[in-house]
Amino acid sequence: MYRYDEHDHALVQDRVAQFRRQVERRMQGEITEEQFRPLRLMNGLYLQLHAYMLRVAIPYGTLDSRQMRKLAWIARRYDKGYGHFTTRQNLQYNWPKLEETPDILAELAEVEMHAIQTSGNCIRNVTSDQYAGAAKDEVEDPRIWCEIARQWSTLHPEFSFLPRKFKIAITACEHDRAAVKVHDIGVIVKRDAGGEVGFEVIVGGGLGRTPFVGKTIREFLPKEHFLSYLEAVLRVYNQLGRRDNKFKARIKVTVHEIGIEEFRRLVEEEWAAIRDTSLKLPKEEVDRIAAHFQPPAFRALDATARATEDRAAKDPAFASWLRHNVAPHKASGYAIANVSLKVPGQAPGDASAEQMDLLADLADEYSFSELRVTHAQNIVLPHVERDRLPALYDRLVPAGLAAANVGLVSDIICCPGLDYCSLANARSIPVAQQIAERFDAAKQERIGELQIKISGCINACGHHHVGHIGILGVDRKGEEHYQVQIGGSADENASLGRILGRGFSADEVVDVVDKLVETYLDLREEGETFLETYRRIGQEPFKERVYGTA
Amino acid sequence: MALLERKDGGAVEIEDRFTRVEDDAALPSSGGVIVSLPRFEQEREALLARSGELGVWLASNESPKAIGGDLDRIAVVALDFPVFSDGRAFTSARLLRERYGYAGEVRAIGDVLLEQLSFMVRSGFSTFEVRDPKALAEFERVVGEVRVVYQPTGDGRTTALQRRLGRG
Repeated sequence: MYRYDEHDHALVQDRVAQFRRQVERRMQGEITEEQFRPLRLMNGLYLQLHAYMLRVAIPYGTLDSRQMRKLAWIARRYDKGYGHFTTRQNLQYNWPKLEETPDILAELAEVEMHAIQTSGNCIRNVTSDQYAGAAKDEVEDPRIWCEIARQWSTLHPEFSFLPRKFKIAITACEHDRAAVKVHDIGVIVKRDAGGEVGFEVIVGGGLGRTPFVGKTIREFLPKEHFLSYLEAVLRVYNQLGRRDNKFKARIKVTVHEIGIEEFRRLVEEEWAAIRDTSLKLPKEEVDRIAAHFQPPAFRALDATARATEDRAAKDPAFASWLRHNVAPHKASGYAIANVSLKVPGQAPGDASAEQMDLLADLADEYSFSELRVTHAQNIVLPHVERDRLPALYDRLVPAGLAAANVGLVSDIICCPGLDYCSLANARSIPVAQQIAERFDAAKQERIGELQIKISGCINACGHHHVGHIGILGVDRKGEEHYQVQIGGSADENASLGRILGRGFSADEVVDVVDKLVETYLDLREEGETFLETYRRIGQEPFKERVYGTA
Repeated sequence: MALLERKDGGAVEIEDRFTRVEDDAALPSSGGVIVSLPRFEQEREALLARSGELGVWLASNESPKAIGGDLDRIAVVALDFPVFSDGRAFTSARLLRERYGYAGEVRAIGDVLLEQLSFMVRSGFSTFEVRDPKALAEFERVVGEVRVVYQPTGDGRTTALQRRLGRG
């Protein structure tokens, strides 16, 4: 993975010193909360319902054991002993003290981490495929381009006061795990007809109150123009994006209002003027960054893993974990292991300091010290020898981290909701927990792949629009109320869910999910997933079961 | 309100040799003036024929493209920040310097925040109308606070990449 050089280090250290001075000025009353607000937001510090919240960037979801241990240490020393992994592959601390935040940032800088641009109307932490560098069908490691984008976007003088926040996601696989079609810019690393590697660029996707699936603005962009093209898109957006209404300020609205053809024309015109400037990437620099993402020294292993197969044959629980939490790896004899953070009694995405320390140890012992955070709020050990999976599993079980539910009905994406967030209309964590409790392991297994996504308000941090089943918390006359939609998806065949009908109370919503699942189980054809059944039969049969009418 | 001009690493306070003339006010017979873009467009000939220096101020939704052809006769372009969070003027400043090769004064007016000065300098602004009484004393510190830059802009600062390639 990428390691800072002296320049990267200097920038982050200077940034910590700058923030320390700003916090001191605030503590001494030299600046008001109003004046302090834009400054703290540039360093990921929010004021939440109960306290400050600090959002730490985990660039493109990749971290090593040393960084994970630091996150655990900070959770213990400066917070209440846990952290929350987010849908944007970041980590949030919910209880830091204002006066200690500069110390936290200094601790993070020691391990090449920061909180720069994790909030504010700027280019946010670039996200990627959690299987990057390990996935079987990858064109090349997308993190090379994530890191290039990270550096370019960091303290960008022109794009730090955009109309609204700006999110970029990059994938290099045909099967999209990074949800690139619901980002402000989505990038797909691909080959053209001649075999040259470049990018398909997608713009104007997004969730929130007006969800859109992004549109392709350029079918193929040669590598050396990566930054000049991004700069052209951002420049057009910075000039045209609406600033009169915060809810219409994202690029998706600009693209929707002027149309993709006109938007493309403006971008291409701007790009023509800057494509051959110093933004053009020298091969030398791309190679320097790519060298950091060279695969670890995999051993030459046989593809058959006898120990794992034997164990699976006699241990159904292990077999289930193997089936759902383990994905194929590009290197023979290796596997990608997912550690689910959707465990009973724990809020989705939360991890205790002890769990983080254990994950760091396991990364050292089993995965070349590497870890990933997924946008589904789980953790990945990307490079595990297939034959060592039983040993890894046996370490996860006593820690309560062996839930075999990745991609299943209890692997719910969920925002913090009204329990923490000042924007929320309704709680989302308890709903997620009740749904997870409703379906036992055998039932989950029978249902198969089913993504439920829950947001506590219209801002859609829980991505409910792209859940196979999406649940949105709303406020109805002071009561928590839930709207249910079905048919959404965030992968390469992205689609937005459709609202089922009138909403439900907190007491009803779990029964409704149960009815939707039962409808699917009754009507599915051999081998069909929930989403496939929905796409075949449409919404009516589900509606009928839930509301009792056609 | 003070007008600061970049000098060496910091800034000095300077006398404003321009008068901002409202759209409905008469032009003074001599001396530098700054007018709005609509007024410039309506009275272009008369304004360019005046003996005094000419400046144009652009609202944040007005593009420098509109004055692109006249820049060699415009002594100052003032770019307005109606609120600090409206960042369109950063793009306008870069276009003036990097697209149109403008070498005259580019002035930041409006809600000019101390913490934005480094971004402004990087984008090509050369003078700054500031309300904050600490701005002059703090200018050099806030502009130099972060030693490393990643983006190539028209300000000529050596980027991290240029250093890596040994070209700085």
